[in-house]
Amino acid sequence: MSLKVIKEKCTGCGLCYESCPNDAIDFDENDLPLFNDKCTLCKICIDECPQGALILETEVKSTAIDLSDYKGVWIFVEQNMKIIPKVVLELLSAGKDLALQLNIELAAVLIGYEIRDLASTLFQYGAEKVYFIEDQHLKDYRTIPYTDVLEYLVNKYKPEIFLFGATKQGRDLAPRLATRLKTGLTADCTGLDIEEKNLVQTRPAYGGNIIATIKTQRNRPQMATVRPKVFKMPELDPTKEGQLIEEKCDLQETDKWTKIIDIVREAKKTANLEDAQIIVSGGRGLGKPENFKLIEELADSLNACVGASRVVVDAGWIPHYHQVGQTGKTVQPKVYIACGISGQIQHLVGMKSSDFIIAVNKDPEAPIFKVADIGIVGDLFEIIPEIIKKLSNK
Amino acid sequence: MKIIVCIKQVPESTEVKLDPKTYTLDRSTSKGIINPFDVNAIEETVRIAEKFENVETIALSMGPPTAEDALKEALTYGLDAAYFLSDKAFAGADTLATSYTIAKAIEKIGSYDLILCGKQAIDGDTAQVGPGLAENLNIAQTTNVKKIEFLDESTLRVESELEDGYKIIELKLPAVLTVTKEINIPRIPNFKIARLALKKTIVKWGIQDLDNIDISKVGMDGSPTNVIKVETPEIKKDTIYLKGTPSEIANELIEKLKERHFI
Repeated sequence: MSLKVIKEKCTGCGLCYESCPNDAIDFDENDLPLFNDKCTLCKICIDECPQGALILETEVKSTAIDLSDYKGVWIFVEQNMKIIPKVVLELLSAGKDLALQLNIELAAVLIGYEIRDLASTLFQYGAEKVYFIEDQHLKDYRTIPYTDVLEYLVNKYKPEIFLFGATKQGRDLAPRLATRLKTGLTADCTGLDIEEKNLVQTRPAYGGNIIATIKTQRNRPQMATVRPKVFKMPELDPTKEGQLIEEKCDLQETDKWTKIIDIVREAKKTANLEDAQIIVSGGRGLGKPENFKLIEELADSLNACVGASRVVVDAGWIPHYHQVGQTGKTVQPKVYIACGISGQIQHLVGMKSSDFIIAVNKDPEAPIFKVADIGIVGDLFEIIPEIIKKLSNK
Repeated sequence: MKIIVCIKQVPESTEVKLDPKTYTLDRSTSKGIINPFDVNAIEETVRIAEKFENVETIALSMGPPTAEDALKEALTYGLDAAYFLSDKAFAGADTLATSYTIAKAIEKIGSYDLILCGKQAIDGDTAQVGPGLAENLNIAQTTNVKKIEFLDESTLRVESELEDGYKIIELKLPAVLTVTKEINIPRIPNFKIARLALKKTIVKWGIQDLDNIDISKVGMDGSPTNVIKVETPEIKKDTIYLKGTPSEIANELIEKLKERHFI
């Protein structure tokens, strides 16, 4: 597989050279691009070329499996102590849409221990079937037994699409399972669609600087982890019922299994950052870690949660669970107030869907203003204390 | 005990790479560095080696020829040896093909106890190669580890981050762990150790050097996922700018929030 230039189409404009993140393009004496061995076949230049002069030469490969054997959209039901995180329900709504387009059924996969009653919730949120395995070995999430059970179900019932929440658990489990099944997995998707019967997955990469569209055309199931808060919650229909398919799987504990000694819950104030109505976030403009107090005060006076940019989390000013952005949390509050955050793409992808965005920054060119409904160009140390004062007087 | 730390070279900063006018990637800053989470994995490897006797430490990476620099830098932290996988046949690999290829190299290095990786690379942000390695090697895994403690030679107690806290997990070696930033603060490499590192040779392996490797499972041909399109996102809103003294701005802002019933 290699990149080729169609000489007749190339105008030598150099856009491919500009777009290459790997410095992999040189030019020959006729100004035609040459690809050196730094090329990782990332294809960014192919999309950048306005002439369509770059192509990837591939051999046409036959598919090893019969794709038509695989039917149905499956949603993995993460649950922690019988609580289903919202992202699972969001996936039921996203999955329903895909299932309708493909004219196939939507199923949820529920595995664990003493969780049978959760199945009715899944039907009410739109699952037509629930595949169910109950085993005391599955009480707490552990990578290997969960992978074993899902492998068994996939091989028996052959789903076409299998979606997981892009949570800590989903991103531990899905790659192990996809590797076992030798199929494709796309991480942390922010968009799903169907095109020519294939799942079309979109996701940000390079810190959100690019949005990649990815397909798994030759393998099944097509697997993806999907970012929380991207899809809307489905409507609850309390009258809906569905088919429960109960299976058994013989699990034998081995040395490869991990042992859960304890689960410590903390970070109460921030655990609901993703559900917050108002978020006040601080960035490098705060100057030093102590100044986060100002952000906390403003948050307190608005009954808001505290967020942060990647730079200040990396610098250790504030714990990571406050981080909003590509490598942090995606949030969608009613009001997002960004204080001293320049607004690199990596941050913007995590908060740009907020209903109302206010940006305070002394640099009028800061990219944060591109997404702001209200921009305040000025010194946050003068403006924020004023806002706090006025809020407490109101 | 043998620890293999897997590292990836990534563009220097994903935060300053976009030209604000053209929305294209700014190449001037795309110097390669070791993926920041992998630096924590290197530091943890070195700390374990300092704490116990007879620990052999090895860095392993795969990438285009320039990525060898990441291994040179990794050695300056005091690791014993480095292996570099580079071959045109490996180019364009997705996480499935990458973890297969790296697992083949780990099998060739042999008799490992612990494999450490950063929790994810900051360019692709997939966090999939660690679990993929564990599956290919058929050993235990724990992701997002923020603390590692040895209970005995072959038993670890680790803390693995959750959205709202952490899990305390015990596991038997061999295992793959992926580590977060919280696990340690990486040192600045010591000058003497760094100088000794310059004398070390990095072992280079291409596809011919790996045993029992199935060519159809590496590189782009071995990758079930296919990048169809790459776009740079465009964002633009009509921003209302508030002007005046801080007091006037504060008043106007609070008015706007009240108008919309946010407060």
